[in-house]
Amino acid sequence: MQIKPILAALRRHRLATLLIAMEIALACAVLCNACFLVARRWTMIQINSGVDESSLAVLTVNGFDPNQAADVNARMLTGLRSIPGVQSATLISEVPFGPQTGAAGVTHEPGDFKNLIGVVDFVLAGPGTFKALGLKLVEGRLPQPDDYRPATSFLPDDAQVLVTRQWAEHAWPGENPLGKDFWCDKMHFRVMGVVDHYARAQPSQYDLQQGEWTVFTPVVPGGSLAGTYLLRARPQDVQRVLQAARAAVPKIAPDVVLDQDNSKTLGDLRMNYFKTDRIMIGLLLGVVVLMLGVTALGIVGLTSFWVAQRRKQIGIRRAIGATRGDILRYFQTENFLIVTFGIALGMLLAFVLNAVLMKFYELPHLPLYYLPVGALVLWGLGQLAVLGPALRAAAVPPVVATRSV
Amino acid sequence: MFGYYLDLALRSLKRNKVLTTLMVLALALGIGATITTLAVLRLLSGDPIPQKSAQLFYPQLDPYPANQPFSRSGKRVPYLMSYIDAMNLIHARKAERQAAMAMSQVKLTPPSGVGKPFYAQGVLTTTDFFPMFDAPFQYGSGWTAADDEGRAQVAVIAGSLNDKLFGGANSVGRMIRIEDHDFRIIGVLRTWAPQPRFYAVHLGGHSYGEGDAVFVPLQGARADDLMPSTMMGYGKSIDVEHLETAPAIWLGLWVQLPNAADVAAYKMFLGNYAKEQVALGRYQRTDTALSGLMEWMRSEHVVPDDVRLQAGLAFGFLLICVVNTVGLLLAKCLRRSREIGVRRALGASRGAIFTQFMVEAAIVGVAGGVLGLVFAELGLWGIRHQPAQYASLAHLDLSMFLFTFVVALLASLVAGLLPAWRACVVAPAPQLKAV
Repeated sequence: MQIKPILAALRRHRLATLLIAMEIALACAVLCNACFLVARRWTMIQINSGVDESSLAVLTVNGFDPNQAADVNARMLTGLRSIPGVQSATLISEVPFGPQTGAAGVTHEPGDFKNLIGVVDFVLAGPGTFKALGLKLVEGRLPQPDDYRPATSFLPDDAQVLVTRQWAEHAWPGENPLGKDFWCDKMHFRVMGVVDHYARAQPSQYDLQQGEWTVFTPVVPGGSLAGTYLLRARPQDVQRVLQAARAAVPKIAPDVVLDQDNSKTLGDLRMNYFKTDRIMIGLLLGVVVLMLGVTALGIVGLTSFWVAQRRKQIGIRRAIGATRGDILRYFQTENFLIVTFGIALGMLLAFVLNAVLMKFYELPHLPLYYLPVGALVLWGLGQLAVLGPALRAAAVPPVVATRSV
Repeated sequence: MFGYYLDLALRSLKRNKVLTTLMVLALALGIGATITTLAVLRLLSGDPIPQKSAQLFYPQLDPYPANQPFSRSGKRVPYLMSYIDAMNLIHARKAERQAAMAMSQVKLTPPSGVGKPFYAQGVLTTTDFFPMFDAPFQYGSGWTAADDEGRAQVAVIAGSLNDKLFGGANSVGRMIRIEDHDFRIIGVLRTWAPQPRFYAVHLGGHSYGEGDAVFVPLQGARADDLMPSTMMGYGKSIDVEHLETAPAIWLGLWVQLPNAADVAAYKMFLGNYAKEQVALGRYQRTDTALSGLMEWMRSEHVVPDDVRLQAGLAFGFLLICVVNTVGLLLAKCLRRSREIGVRRALGASRGAIFTQFMVEAAIVGVAGGVLGLVFAELGLWGIRHQPAQYASLAHLDLSMFLFTFVVALLASLVAGLLPAWRACVVAPAPQLKAV
């Protein structure tokens, strides 16, 4: 295929060529960045909470005096356990996708405020909660009865805890985390076990790599561990059990207020938590599809015009020996050249747009592999769009050359 | 002449219906997306209190220790205030009006045991809150400075709460049970819900949606142990029993400063106050800040990031649509070179040709605008069914309605400029020769 004559022809249509190239460039920039945003949100939505979401529900009550915490707990647990279908009812301070109750910065040394390892979610949990959650232990041991410590000022002063693998790898990279110590001000924690996955309460508020910085803290019920109950039932029963539990609260404890928004199945909590993300993904993908459609439309329109304009030249070429394939390939190559020019421009634009987005949002750099993928999509789109007009051009009969008009 | 151009344009558009439809559709999609997102953005970043916003200011002080800055960069001044500082500034009376506030989720028990207790958003504040923010009263009034100092157990309730508890009757003088303490109602507000709820930016709760339910005097409520939703400590630990003296920030302070001289004077006062506190040994930093209401909304990113991202995306889309329209119009007009040649030869000036093509572009623009409006209404309908706090606010007002047409016309005229110029520089002779 001769490229020189194509370039010479394009030089005569500088304006139209530039327009298509510009459209492709804009599309390339938006495509790469929109897909990048979609991919980040998608990764977040897919986060592994590490717990048996389909079998769990949470019930929250408040409005009772802190001095009554132990009494309310005792009444609530007895009442909830008597509901048919409940496999277990235990105490927990927060669940994945529910409200966050205890995040704190921790350090390698006591009383240190400066050299933070990171901000973790402390999940306070009563006896039986580990088993109810269905967390998978990968190293170390499970909490024993005497590991449960009283927590008066939110956290226990000294406790053996379980951490996630993600946190362990961040805090002690390349080391065995078992038996390691960390501190929150003067409070001391020692790692007794590592769990595979366990999402913190509000993972999207943190970096993608910090969504599982969770510390499972065994605590004696009462004090700061009161009012939030984890219910476990068979997956098909969970919705019904929760309804029964919600209805039973006024009878079990008439003095407390049921927190309607935070008494849901974990499945529903997850659905609600990622609702806006799902809408945003839909919106971004919708715009990308529309944008590609409009771009293809522009290519079809302009190429059709070129074909109509060059009917006579095409006829002459056919008359002096060019095959249909030659004509087809001419328009395809022409489109490929224009799109390539557009993509080159678009890659620059994509980085500019990424830089602008990074200024306003907490976003990392656009990974480089988005660019070749975006280029492939646009090349494909260009070839698809040009196919119709190019086929029409190839169908021009050589006899056109002999007509004067 | 304009009528003639209109006729020519319509004929030309009718000749190629598919191309015209595609052009209008692409433009309408771009405009629909842009208007939808702009309408939401405008609603969310609007002025919550237009008659007063220029006079309202948010002072900030920094009581944090030197070795433990509030922000990691050490550059930000804490966005909340300690009780001692807030009271000092209120008692100094250096502004025309000043009020401290904290948010609290409070348990309300309906009177005479009707219905179950429920939670509502409460505001703990001081006397100037109501006149400073122009909160309108339906019955009764706010409390006085003496009530603040006397820890009075009084409350102002929202109209919606009054409807719920008292069926909308004048409830002034009745009692309301808040967190198991009785408060006497002294005022009922009319519907009042500034959007965004500017006074509570860092105090907890939502930024958009319904207004707050109950307002109680700060000191009186604290005497009953009502807890603020947000508190941050800068000492060893927060003693929640004695928040008033604890090294903790948990209050927002707003001041009303009518003119620039007052603002300058207040800035000076804040600076001197901080230096004085350093001299007294309470502070180790002298950083202060004083932001106007709208500036504060912007710097604290009250408008959700997603909304701005959507608007940006829609603009990008519109840009692509406009470039696309340029291309299609250009193709159309170049195809008609011969027709232009004939018209030029018969005496039409370049200006006439230019106007003719611009009229054609404008028709596409108006059609795109009308269709875009339909798309925008559809988009806003979709947003009203989203689970966002601001969902119910999403409507198109008259100015946005007119703006749609301005955008549509502007977009199509910009798109038409290049093709029209190309059309009017067509040389008539070669075109005629070919015929």
